[in-house]
Amino acid sequence: MSETDTPRPVPTLLDLFLTYGKIGLIGFGGINAWARRVLVEEKRWLTDQEYAETLGLGQVLPGPNALNAAIMVGDRFHGTAGAIAAPGAMFGGPLVLLAGLATFYDAYGEVPIVKAILAGLAAAAAGMVIGTAAKMTQKLKPPPALLAVGLIALVAAGVFRVPLPWVVLGLAPFGILAARHVMRAK
Amino acid sequence: MTATVFWQLVLGFGAISLVSVGGGIAVLPEMHRLVVEVHGWMTDADFARRFALAQAAPGPNVLVVGLFGWHVGGIAGMLTAVLAMTLPTSLMAFGFSRLRARLAGKTWLRIAERGLVPIAVGLIAASGLILARGAASGWIPVAVTAGSTLFVWRTDYSPLWILAGGAIVGALLL
Repeated sequence: MSETDTPRPVPTLLDLFLTYGKIGLIGFGGINAWARRVLVEEKRWLTDQEYAETLGLGQVLPGPNALNAAIMVGDRFHGTAGAIAAPGAMFGGPLVLLAGLATFYDAYGEVPIVKAILAGLAAAAAGMVIGTAAKMTQKLKPPPALLAVGLIALVAAGVFRVPLPWVVLGLAPFGILAARHVMRAK
Repeated sequence: MTATVFWQLVLGFGAISLVSVGGGIAVLPEMHRLVVEVHGWMTDADFARRFALAQAAPGPNVLVVGLFGWHVGGIAGMLTAVLAMTLPTSLMAFGFSRLRARLAGKTWLRIAERGLVPIAVGLIAASGLILARGAASGWIPVAVTAGSTLFVWRTDYSPLWILAGGAIVGALLL
């Protein structure tokens, strides 16, 4: 944890609420890519490693990983209040928007231009998620064994559509063993 | 929304949430079984369109359950589905977060966390792949996806630019 010379800023509860509200509303293609960008790159509240570790824990607990991560980040900085404010803001804005979209879709979903715009947007969002995974990998510089674990997770879940509990529970022991080896070697 | 539908939403999505490990996209096959096969609330085509709409909107991917809830119970159905899908596991995550705070700094915990990181990144990549497959209705969307991947990976500009670009390409060419 002692990897930087400059102290990291600590958010106030309002910061946390507003920032997670923003992450929710700009979070196209899922939250995780944007949460990393805002929390690590823009606000510098967490390091890349800390964010990825929080996400890793959120991934193993049941429930959406983005939500679990938001609860843990909120709790980390402001306890119970933070654990409510961060996910509340992250879900609140998009829910209002989604209710509006559902109404709009019921009325105009069959209009060709609406369909075309949605198709283009979905294609770009998919690339954004892939690009984020590539960027995270590049920044984390995983040693070969850990890289292999990540690639197997990608192929198992993305290509063979192995159910997620199997992917995570099956790979976790190997990831942990590899991490143990890497950290011992240091 | 009838009481029956309310409880079907609560129990159905609540149960899915407890077996969901990963993000909202990972549990889509389970959701499909619930809303299309078990309850017959919508057709395959309805399901696919609602999912595309949720993908096009910002917010956690799991919010797609809100659109399924909306379909059967309007705004009350939306809130019921989202809460059923998020509340039980949120309490668990909170409990675990507290536990983690007490254990902070323990070496074995850091090793466990470090070992889970690549799985998380691999699963994000898998989500991207699945999203890309869903969006790939021809060579133009595939090109948009490839361009967007490179843009986000190789530059530090806000990804909103490439999303706007995708929407414009869609409006003009699709």
